[in-house]
Order: sequence, then structure tokens, then C-alpha cells
Amino acid sequence: MIQFIVGRLLAMVVMTLALSFVCFFIIQLPPGDVMTAYAAELASSGDSSGMRSAQLLRERYGLDQPFVVQYLKWVRNILSGDFGYSFNLKKPVSEVFGSRIGISLLVEGLAIVVLWAIAIPIGIYSAIRRYSVGDMFATVFGFIGLAVPNFLLALLLMYVIYLLTGTAVEGLFSAEYARAPWSLARLWDFLTHVWIPVLVIATGGAAQIIRVLRANLLDELDKPYVVTARAKGLSERRLIMRYPVRVAMIPLVATVGWVLPTVISSSIVTAIVLNLPTLSPILLRALLSQDMHLAGALILFMGVLTLVGTLVSDLLLAWIDPRIRTGTIDG
Amino acid sequence: MASPINEPSASGPMTESSLPGLPASAPADTPPSPSLTMQGTETQFQLVWRAFKAHRLAMVSLYILILLYTVAAFAEFLAPNDPHDVNARYTYAPPQELNLFERDEQGDWRFRPHVLGYEVEVDPVALRRTFVDDPGTKYYIHFLPKTHAYKLWGVIPSERHLIGVEGRRSVLFLLGTDRLGRDLLSRLIHGARVTLSIGLAGVALSLVLGVLIGGASGYYGGLVDSAIQRVIEFIRSIPPIPLWMGLAAALPRDWTPLQNYFAITLILSLIGWTELARVVRSRFLSLKSEDFVAAARLDGATDLRIIWRHMLPAFSSHIIATATLAIPSMILAETSLSFLGLGLQTPIISWGVLLQEAQNLRVLADAPWLLLPGLLIVVTILAMNFLGDGLRDAADPYGSSR
Repeated sequence: MIQFIVGRLLAMVVMTLALSFVCFFIIQLPPGDVMTAYAAELASSGDSSGMRSAQLLRERYGLDQPFVVQYLKWVRNILSGDFGYSFNLKKPVSEVFGSRIGISLLVEGLAIVVLWAIAIPIGIYSAIRRYSVGDMFATVFGFIGLAVPNFLLALLLMYVIYLLTGTAVEGLFSAEYARAPWSLARLWDFLTHVWIPVLVIATGGAAQIIRVLRANLLDELDKPYVVTARAKGLSERRLIMRYPVRVAMIPLVATVGWVLPTVISSSIVTAIVLNLPTLSPILLRALLSQDMHLAGALILFMGVLTLVGTLVSDLLLAWIDPRIRTGTIDG
Repeated sequence: MASPINEPSASGPMTESSLPGLPASAPADTPPSPSLTMQGTETQFQLVWRAFKAHRLAMVSLYILILLYTVAAFAEFLAPNDPHDVNARYTYAPPQELNLFERDEQGDWRFRPHVLGYEVEVDPVALRRTFVDDPGTKYYIHFLPKTHAYKLWGVIPSERHLIGVEGRRSVLFLLGTDRLGRDLLSRLIHGARVTLSIGLAGVALSLVLGVLIGGASGYYGGLVDSAIQRVIEFIRSIPPIPLWMGLAAALPRDWTPLQNYFAITLILSLIGWTELARVVRSRFLSLKSEDFVAAARLDGATDLRIIWRHMLPAFSSHIIATATLAIPSMILAETSLSFLGLGLQTPIISWGVLLQEAQNLRVLADAPWLLLPGLLIVVTILAMNFLGDGLRDAADPYGSSR
């Protein structure tokens, strides 16, 4: 087990390094560097000190040096907590992060919980009552969940709620609570807003999980141990929840690894459409204005978040299923 | 991963269990097809096609997709208006009602398709314009009229369109107009060409990458294999949308629409090839130990020949099915990126670009027809998924529900 954990941790470190390299590559992609645009902007406003401060910043972030040197410098800065400087928001990237990170994680975490809460009962139900009306509904829901892009679902929900109630739902708080400290009233306000993005984010992933869980469970339901248990007179409910569901859930834990990229991807699009105060609209704005240091750091952060989540799920999986940590079967 | 519709269900696998050479175990309600008498003479294509035809949902999807791609191919001819034509008088005009029949002088109903003109009313307080039907003006729809000039596929010059209205002041907006008074129907038709082709092009590119890389991984094994597998794992473990966004945002702003289109296709395939590579690799691994491959190798065939002549035909149908299932994610990615303003840029028209117009709740409340591109996206993706599932079931002659 210790060997497995060490191996996984090493892989994680390598992956993170590779990810940081990709992110830095993206930062470097636009022609010229951030300072070119910054200096041009300052020069056009007649600020002669702009050239000097641009030069200083260039040196600080090593923008006049070759790619690899710049990359190493960037990584070193990040390790010491300096994620770079956002030239559009005129503040350090870490400051931008700090104000929104909590809400981002909260929305994504809630979405994952809701996703599982929707997917597991439906998956179990449609495997047990195969080809029933409910199963058909679940299948249709699954296909539609896969076929409707998140941004469209968010738009539609917004539109339908507008038609029904005449109010526009946007953001996560009503205006009067946007900057208020947390209180019961604010929590309630948050809950009345947050269900829309959470539902939208959860749908796409839930459709996939239902398909996997149903197929896994169907494989288990025909196995001899199920027949044995039934022959011994166990109640159907107890029998199914006790054995096949538990076996069918094992591969599902592994799916956390690929649910996370989906959830984070869809939360980005959803948050932008619904204008949530999370990191995602900032990412979009940063990319549109080619504020690449901010964008690169955000992509890095989202990637690392996914990698950590996958690591946790892998370790959980190894803990649950000894065959994986001994390498008998593929995770 | 198994899908809900490919477990032994009423349709697909039964035909498969009645394949020539296998004991005919088909249940009574499926009569053995006549071609069973010609045992062992069917080509692989015929076998797959027969299994596929039993899959009704997949067949319907195939027809829908053929229709959509035909529309995309003849976009210039089918679109009644120029999709870039701006009409300041008709901004956010609602869809016109299409009337097929009309009472003539004798009071009989005659087939004369027409639409009614618009009457514009301006709300004096809010200064908002509302469009109402004007029963006084009728625009008759002609078949094959000569209206605006175009070049089909950029080559064949013509002025004929499938339908259209004649006369300088007549307008035909069957699905309404957008912010600039451009005809939504024509834009949808032209957008189909871009959206549907970017899915195909992206998957074609991913397929090349996937077959080459996945093939190398599965064929050579060992160090090459584990290196490639780590790369694939890495790409799959990061969320694709931010990566796509980052790459797309870095494209130079002064590129031509064509350059932009190819760049976006390339970006989508850079991530999309991994799934295909995984399928190709696993197929390679399972085929590598087959006797016929060993025989070919003992015969002195080169690696390339073994792969091309002996292994590829054995799993080409699987690859086609996987590739079909990969098209929807390409289309979803393109539309999402374009919707966010990072993908294709105007003047290119794609369904994602069209949906950008519908981003705002106020616009949606006034002009809900702008959501129509979304409906088309959903229909296309559903059809692709069903088609891919049907192909995958049909491609597997032993009906294992994996």
C-alpha cells in the first residue's frame, strides 16, 4: 500500500509539472508579451513613466529571457506564492484568486454531491427495473443530458424561470446580500440561487454516471452469488443494496477521476452564462483580453484541482479494492 | 463503458446471434432473414449493415444526419436569403407564419404558399418596436426563383434558390431575424455547414493522430506504450474546456476566417485524439496475439504491411463507431467555445456563433427564436450518439454488450 501511495504521489508531481509547462506554454502563445500591450496602453495615455515601469516588470518576471529560463522563474515565483500580475485588473493574481476561490469550490463541491445524489438512485433503479417506464425515462434523460450543452441548459433554465416568475436569476446572491457577511438570511438567499448552476453542472456528469452504474449493476445481477442470496431468502431490497450495489460502486469510485474534469469544464461554462461570482468569468475575461498571466494561473489552478481530486479518488479506490493496489487489474 | 441501449435488447444482438456459422438461436419473434441461406458468402460490410439495420433508432438517426449534411452541402442553394444581409427595418422580427393555401376569387382553396408582411408598431413610451402581421401585404413564395447571386461551393455561380420571394420590398423570414435583421433560417443553414464539418474535420484529424499514436502504443508495447499511455492519462486528467479556451484565446486576432477555422479544428483534435488512441490500442493489444498476425510476421511481412493489410481491416468498423461517437463532443466543444466568443469568430457562421446572440436574458425574452440553433445542436448530437451506438453494436459480431 505504501508503495502504491508513493508511486501515485510521484506520478502526481510529474503530472503537475507537465501541467505547469502546458500552462506556461499557453501564457507564452500570444505574440509579443503582456508588457507590449501594457506599455502601449500607458504610452497612448501619455504616461512616460510607463515605459520604465514596464521595463521593471519585464525584469521582475524575466520576460526578456529565453523560454526555459522564464518558465523556471515562473515556477519559482508560484512556489513562493507569487502567481504573477494581472495587467487588466491591476492587482496580483493571488489577490484575484483569494476573493473568489471559496465560492468556486463550494459550487463545484455541491455540484458533485448533487450529481451523485441524482445518479446513484436512478442508476440502481434503472438496473433493477430494467426496461420499465422509469428506466426508459432514465435512459432518455441520460441521452438528453449528454446532448444538451451546459451553456444551453443554463440559458434555457434562465429563460424558463423568467417566463414563469418574471424575474431574472443571475449570480449567486441578490443585490442586498452580495457583499454582506454570512448570515442565515444570506445563506438562504445563496441557496435559492445556487440550485440552478448546481443542477446544470450536475446533469451532464450524472447522465454518464447513470449509464456506467446501470451497466455495472446489470453485470452483477446475474452472478451466482445473487441467486444464492435470493435462494437463502434475503429480502430483495437488502440483497441488492448489500452485495451487487457495493460491487458495482467500485468502478464508480474510479470515475471520480473523469467526473472531475467534466464537472470543472461545465462549471466554467455555466458560471459564465449565469454570471456567478466564481473564478470562471474571470478566466474568460482574462482570455478575451489576453491577460495571459492571470489566465495561465487560473488554468493551472483548475488543472491542479482536478489532479488532486483524481489522486484522492485513486487512493480511496485502492483502499476499497485490494486488487488495484496490488496491480492485479487495471484501475 | 456500456450504454443503456446496447445490452441484449429486443433489437441488435438477436440478429447477431443468428449470424452464419453460429448456431441459430434467434428467438421465435425474429424470423431468420433469407440471406441466411447464403452461408459464409457475405462480406464484413454486409454483416455489419444487416445488424445495423435492425437498430431502428440508429436508422432514423442516420436519415436525420443525411438530411442535415445534405442541407449543409447545398447551403447556398437552400438558404432563401443572404445570411450576411443586414435589414435595419427588421431587427428581431419574429418568424413569419407560413400559409400554404389561399382562397381564390371563386372561394376555392388553392395551393399558393405565402407569408404576410410585417407592420411595425412603435411603443411611444418604451420606444420598443413590435411586429404584427399585415394581412394587406402577401408575399408569395416561389420555387426556384432568381434572387441574390451566390457561388455554390465557391465555384458554380447561380442566382437560383429553392424557395424565395420576389420583388424588392418583399421579405421572407420564416424563422425570424436577429439583432441586425439577418434571416435566421439562412444563417442556420449556413451555420450547419461550419458546425457539422468542423465535427467531421476534427474527428478526421483526431482519427489520424489516434490511429498512429494508439497503433504505435499497442503494436510496439513496452516503453513506447507506457510513455504514450502516461501522455494520454495526463491529457485526460485535465479539464478540457479551460485548455481549449487558453489555446483558442491565443490565436492571433488578424487571422482570416479560414485560418481561424482550421486552427480551431486543430485545437479540438489536439485533445480529442486520446479516446480514439485508447480504443485503437486496446484493439491492437487483443489482435497482436492472434494467429493470423503471427502467420503474417513469419511470412516476412513488414510492420506497416501487417498493420495496414491484416490488423486494420479487423477492427475498422470499431474505429468507425468510436469516431462517430467522438463527433458530438467535437461539436459540443466548438459550440461552447464559439458561444463564449473564443472559438470561431464572425463573419464565420456556426451554430455556436449564432447562439452568442442569445446570451442575454433580455434578448431571449424578446426574441426566443434565437434559441433555435440550440435545438439543432441537441438534435444533431442525439442523432450522432444513437448512430454511433448502433454502429458499435453492429460492428461487434459476437454481440458482447461491451
